[in-house]
Amino acid sequence: MTLARSAVERAVVPAIARAPARARLRLGWLVPTVYILFLMVPIYWLLNMSFKDTNEILGDFTLWPRNFTLANYREILTNPVWYNGYINSILYVTMNTVISVAAALPAAYAFSRYRFLGDKHLFFWLLTNRMAPPAVFALPFFQLYSAIGLFDTHIAVALAHCLFNIPLAVWILEGFMSGVPKEIDETAYIDGYSFPRFFVKIFMPLIASGIGVVAFFCFMFSWVELLLAKTLTSVAAKPIAAVMTRTASASGYELGLLAAAGALTIVPGALVIYFVRNYIAKGFALGRV
Amino acid sequence: MDKTWNNRAWFLVLPVLALVAFNAIIPLMTVVNYSVQETFGSNVFFFEGVKWFQEVLRSERFHAALGRQLAFTSIILLIEIPLGVAIALTMPRKGPMVAVCLVLMALPLLIPWNVVGAIWNIFALPGIGLLGRLLNGLGMDYNYTRHPFDAWVTLILMDVWHWTSLVVLLAYAGLIAIPDAYYQAARIDGASRWAVFRYIQLPKMQRVLTIAILLRFMDSFMIYTEPSVLTGGGPGNATTLLSIDLVKVALGQFDLGPAAAMSIIYFLIVLLLSWIFYTAMVAQEERR
Repeated sequence: MTLARSAVERAVVPAIARAPARARLRLGWLVPTVYILFLMVPIYWLLNMSFKDTNEILGDFTLWPRNFTLANYREILTNPVWYNGYINSILYVTMNTVISVAAALPAAYAFSRYRFLGDKHLFFWLLTNRMAPPAVFALPFFQLYSAIGLFDTHIAVALAHCLFNIPLAVWILEGFMSGVPKEIDETAYIDGYSFPRFFVKIFMPLIASGIGVVAFFCFMFSWVELLLAKTLTSVAAKPIAAVMTRTASASGYELGLLAAAGALTIVPGALVIYFVRNYIAKGFALGRV
Repeated sequence: MDKTWNNRAWFLVLPVLALVAFNAIIPLMTVVNYSVQETFGSNVFFFEGVKWFQEVLRSERFHAALGRQLAFTSIILLIEIPLGVAIALTMPRKGPMVAVCLVLMALPLLIPWNVVGAIWNIFALPGIGLLGRLLNGLGMDYNYTRHPFDAWVTLILMDVWHWTSLVVLLAYAGLIAIPDAYYQAARIDGASRWAVFRYIQLPKMQRVLTIAILLRFMDSFMIYTEPSVLTGGGPGNATTLLSIDLVKVALGQFDLGPAAAMSIIYFLIVLLLSWIFYTAMVAQEERR
């Protein structure tokens, strides 16, 4: 009797358990789809605005540009004030990414492989800098970088962004490096590799995806930050984000131009994210899954 | 992993230490310096002790900003964490749609913060924006530049739009790391969907969720650019969060002493709360 029931259970229970799961799966589709729609609607509206002229934006309410125009984009791509903003942003973001990754690599290795005097305190201290509100540092940064004569240069912004990018880079890289077995290091040393040669030739290829993810994060956080970048620049290194805020207030309210500039700032991020798409999930978990 | 004790590892950390110390310690000392002094311009300073700290801690303005900040952070954590987990649970695990979902969801994270503010500004404007027009068309008197409640709703909606994806990506990373064998075992036991979530998925996601809460807490507590572009802290002071208030005092009124004291108190609050999260996380990792 018991035996019979359990046989029935074995046959029926999985079927019961699976059936609602399958039904839910079909409905489950809805949630991400609705969410992505929610994410896309404001972006659609931005693009919609960017192809309209000012009259249409202020005068009519249209879901699709009636007088389709590329004038806003033409203005941005031909006016040096605008396109220099993009060049400046990309310059300091690239500098910051290179500096952050280069400095974080050996440090992350030290944290993942060795114990040393004060290591845990040092690690937490690094993280506290990721927690420092940029608004706290805006004024002192302005004074510091003015004092050493770096105000309004790309390198100033690149160095300032190290404040929050390096701790993050160390944190993520440490996660990825801890996933590489220590035996690999030991074998390499026995084989007569020096530390720098081992690190570049053997270790870095092993955590290549981690380095890619970190570069992506440094790029991302440097690209989206405005407060420090705006504080540390005036003319020569002015980032696109600051050009946008100033132009918006200077020439009244040119929404079309603002929308086009905003739409163009999405492009670099979208490009970068496409390249790391397979590692995004693991990267956002700081390599600790 | 067993780590070898080796103090020479300090040499590997030196570049990081130099770069971060340059950016963190010198400015922080400047702030500390200002926080205990009074100035009447022309670089003349007087030592004031803890006067500014007492003033800030007693000022109603600071209390109000701190209250708004705590309210904002709690609301967005309460919305974004469950929502993010729910979306991650329903996302496809295999197939070409995975990459599409991930790329589209990550997109808001890569938009410069002031552009996020600008996008929502354009999107929610009562006469011009889609959202504003729609809500007014439905008969609601929606105007985020005039009504504090509308400003808050828009602000929260914007933050949910901007940052929920971070929680989704983290939770998703935790979910795909669960081996299939766990689900098979649950199926053999006839576990309900809720039991699978409660006893398999949630514990396995605990670690990434702690990171998500930590990151969302820190970032929402220092939020500045998006609300300053969207509402500028208004209407009135309705959406003046801590950072906005701080910048108003420091760069707007150039009250260096109170601004510096406020900076330090602000930083210490973030630090204390983050330290609690961080210790919890480390304790969790060591238990494994």
